[in-house]
Amino acid sequence: MAKTDGNGYTILFATIMVVVVGGVLAGLATGLKPAIKENERFEKQQNILYAMGVNENIEGEGGVNFIPTDKVEAEYDKYIKEAYIIQSGKITQSDEAFTVDMKKQSKLPKNERKMPLFVGEKDGQKFYVVPMYGKGLWDAIWGYVALDDNLIVQGVYFDHKGETPGLGANIKERYFMDDFTGEQIMSKTQYSGITVAKGNNDPKNERKEDNKVDALAGATITGDGVSAMIKSTLKNYVPFIQDFKTKA
Amino acid sequence: MAILSKKDQRLILDPLADDNPITIQVLGICSALAITAQLKASIVMAISVLFVLGIGNVVISLLRNVIPSKIRIIVQLIVVATLVIVVDQTLKAFAYELSKELSVFVGLIITNCIIMGRFEAFALGNGPYRSFLDGIGNALGYGVILIMVGFFRELLGSGTLLGFKVLGDPIEKTGLYSIGYENNGFMLLSPMALIVVGLIIWVQRSRNPALVEEN
Repeated sequence: MAKTDGNGYTILFATIMVVVVGGVLAGLATGLKPAIKENERFEKQQNILYAMGVNENIEGEGGVNFIPTDKVEAEYDKYIKEAYIIQSGKITQSDEAFTVDMKKQSKLPKNERKMPLFVGEKDGQKFYVVPMYGKGLWDAIWGYVALDDNLIVQGVYFDHKGETPGLGANIKERYFMDDFTGEQIMSKTQYSGITVAKGNNDPKNERKEDNKVDALAGATITGDGVSAMIKSTLKNYVPFIQDFKTKA
Repeated sequence: MAILSKKDQRLILDPLADDNPITIQVLGICSALAITAQLKASIVMAISVLFVLGIGNVVISLLRNVIPSKIRIIVQLIVVATLVIVVDQTLKAFAYELSKELSVFVGLIITNCIIMGRFEAFALGNGPYRSFLDGIGNALGYGVILIMVGFFRELLGSGTLLGFKVLGDPIEKTGLYSIGYENNGFMLLSPMALIVVGLIIWVQRSRNPALVEEN
C-alpha cells in the first residue's frame, strides 16, 4: 500500500480526479442545457395555461393534467394575447415578461422589481395571470393565479422545490388548488388576499366571499407561505387590473 | 439464480432479510424517515438508490487499488455526487416530468449512509462483479423496508395507496369512513416512520432469535 500513501501521490490523484469529474460534469451540463431550457419553457407555459383553465383536467376528479408538451406552444400563442411588465408603478407591454426570473426579482428592492402580468382570453373572457414567488417550509414555492375583471380567482397553480411529500407538497394537488377557484381577493372594497386557514368550518369551501380556503393538515408553514405569497404579490396588481377594467 | 454461485447468491439475498441495511445494520434511517409518507415516493427512492449503489459500487471497486487511503472518503463522496448529478441532469433533459418527482430525493441519495457504508465496507475490498451484486442486494434490502414503511404510512395516514382512495372518501364519508373510521394524521409525520421501522425490527427479531444481540 506504500505506493498510494505518499503525499505526492495523494495530491496528484486528487488533482486528476477533480479535473476529470469537473470536465465530465461541465461537458454534460453544457450539452444538455438547450434541452433543459426548452423543457422549463414548456413547463412555464403549461403552468400559466393551467391557471387560466386551459388544461386537460377531468371535471371534478382525477389529478393535474396539463396541455401536452408537444401542443403547449401553439396553445399558449392562441390563448395568451398580451404580456406586460409592471415596474415602479408603471405598466408597459413587453415580450420580455415571459423570461423574467421571479427568483432574481424577489431579491431586488420592492420598487425596482419587474412584475410580469400575462393577459389571456378564453371564450371571450379576459384572464389576468399573475406569477408569484415565495417561501415554504424548506425551500421556494411559486405559482400562478388567474383573476378575472372583478378580481375573482379563476384558477391557480402552485409548485414547490422541496416541501415534505404527503404534507406541504400537496399544495400542487388538485384538491387544494381547486379550492381557490371562485374565491375573492377583495373583502368588500378592501384588499385582503386569500388566507389558507385552519378550522374555518368550511372544509368543502362553499363560502367564496370569506377570503379563506381550507388548510392542509400537517402543513401549517407551507400553507402560511402560500397565504403570504398571494397576499404580498396580488396587492401590487390590483390597481392595474382595475385600470384594465375601466378602460375596456 | 442458478447462474450465481452460492456465495454470490448470498450477496443478494442476505441484505433482504438477515443482514438488512435498515433493520439490522441500522443504516439509511434518515432517508427512510423523510420520504416514506407516500408509497410512490418510497418506490422512486428505492429505484434511485438501486441505480446509484449498483454503479457506484462498481466504480469504487475498479478504483480500489489506486485510491489513496487518506482521502478515500472524499473520493467516495465525489463518486456518489457525480453519479447523482449525471442522473439528475439527464432526467431533466429527457424525462422532465419524472425529474420533478425525483428532485426531492436527489440530495437525500448523496447523504444516504448505506451508499458510503457499502463503498467503505465492501467495494474497497472486492472485485467489480461481486461489488455490483452487493450493491444491488443492499439497495433491494433498503427498498423492501422503504416500501413496507411507505405502504403502512400512506394507508393509515392518508387512506390511499399510490394516490388511490382504497378506503373510501374521507370527506364524502364513503367506504370505511361511513362507519366512523378516521385517518391517523400522525402516521404522516416522521416519528411514526421510526415506530414502524421499530415494529418491523421487533417482528424480524422475534421470528429469528439469532439476530438478537447479547448485552
